[in-house]
Amino acid sequence: MNKEDFPMLEGDLVFFDNGATTLKPTQVVEDMDKYYSEFTSNIHRGDYDAAIETNTLYDETRNTVKEFVNARSEDKCIYTSGTTMSINMVVFSFMKSHLKKGDVVLLTKSEHASNILPWFKLKEEIGIDIKYVPLNKNYELTLTNLKKAMTSKVKVVSIAHITNVIGDIRDVEKIGELCREKNIYFCVDGAQSVPHIPVDFTKSNMDFLSFSGHKMLGPTGVGCLVVRGELFKEMDPVFLGGGMNLDFYSDGKYELHTDETKFEAGTPPIGEVIGLRSAILYLEKIGMENIHEHEKKLKDYLISKLEKMKNIKLYNTNSDSGIVSFNVDGIFAQDVSIYLNKHKIAIRAGNHCAKLLHEEIGEHNTVRVSMYLYNDFLDVDRLVDALNNKDILKEVI
Amino acid sequence: MDENLKREIILDNYQNPENKELIDDDSYLKVNQASESCIDNLDFMMKIENNNIVDVRYDGEACAISTSASSIMSRALIGKSVDEAKRILINYKNMIEDKEYDKELLGELNVYDNINKQPNRIKCALLPEEAIDKMLGGLENEK
Repeated sequence: MNKEDFPMLEGDLVFFDNGATTLKPTQVVEDMDKYYSEFTSNIHRGDYDAAIETNTLYDETRNTVKEFVNARSEDKCIYTSGTTMSINMVVFSFMKSHLKKGDVVLLTKSEHASNILPWFKLKEEIGIDIKYVPLNKNYELTLTNLKKAMTSKVKVVSIAHITNVIGDIRDVEKIGELCREKNIYFCVDGAQSVPHIPVDFTKSNMDFLSFSGHKMLGPTGVGCLVVRGELFKEMDPVFLGGGMNLDFYSDGKYELHTDETKFEAGTPPIGEVIGLRSAILYLEKIGMENIHEHEKKLKDYLISKLEKMKNIKLYNTNSDSGIVSFNVDGIFAQDVSIYLNKHKIAIRAGNHCAKLLHEEIGEHNTVRVSMYLYNDFLDVDRLVDALNNKDILKEVI
Repeated sequence: MDENLKREIILDNYQNPENKELIDDDSYLKVNQASESCIDNLDFMMKIENNNIVDVRYDGEACAISTSASSIMSRALIGKSVDEAKRILINYKNMIEDKEYDKELLGELNVYDNINKQPNRIKCALLPEEAIDKMLGGLENEK
């Protein structure tokens, strides 16, 4: 749907690398262009017309984001550079001062590096324990396994809402409920969910929700950390500087802002925040339920075709998102990727930054197809036709 | 060399790579060579006796070009003196980077003489060269 809004699709490109980043519709690029060509100004500093327009857009986007993920008015939306920075902020601006040696953080082996390495670092620094909730035979997280892992030492559950290789959609409403009952912090990596399915921060009892703009039709360099209101008050900034302080004195005393800008030292990515706003408005117009349904149909169609091909090994036929991970028998994933590029099909080969997942699926690298709203059945047919070739290796060399 | 023949040699060395097996032996030099820009990841080991390369082995996960180049490179280096190996490595690197090189020294490695036309394959073809070069560099440091 809406293919005509995406200039990169005017040729014959099939773009199936949406888990990595997404294409930008003309509307988003034009809104950002307007900021750069018609009302460039810094935020919270000027009294001229352009500055007022910028302030309004920048500040109002927080509400746009909060409404988009159904956060409450008292919850906060901090602009970050993306999911990675958001999760690092959860760990170092909050957890570092709220956890102690021996406290357990529950993760899974299908998490992205950005939801594992910051916790490793915190383990080094203060001695927390990290435990992985076992995955089931489909490499998915079950409530039963999670419940079993929730001992009295568990203080945090930090998981992806949708994992980026298996594409399973975790039942965050039930998980959030469990966390609330047991007084466990619930941190959600929404990088692969916020762009693709409806996300409900409030109903899912989330404490922290991280996501990136560029994976949801927006620009690179901007993302969000949505924080439960009462926890926000207990966060400490890692970066200090202009735009986040009320005053400071020569004796070393200082006073900081109390709103989200406390965590946005320096000039933030203003044009990018405006682009993010535009992307959210664009997605809302289509409807997140519609996007999810569309992707699921495409995934089911692709799986039905690939299942008939003997040389294809599929890893996630069961999951409900638009992600399909597979390997072609006897051909290294990256060679498949290079081959498909010759057919103008963009996919991703590799471990997809989920470097612990191989312990579960027994493969370090896979080919990943990740759908989005602008993909269609013809794209899937092009991919299947290209893979239906006995001479892939010959063509790739 | 005919392009089809080159392709066949590469394909054969990818599907039936030689020396693609590591052994547990501390007398070997060892190095892991993982590309930072792609997903090739091979472990190499090499044994040198009396300044001669007597064995080169590797294993891991890598693409058709990295794997086949490691196979052909291992064959090319086994039995050579360290100095001969260094000359092969320098000339191979020059060929891959589209600089002047001595074709006569490279034998079967000449199958990669056009790889520089595929920029995303250059790093793959250089993977074994970089690994062997590191191990030889380590040898120099030990002296």
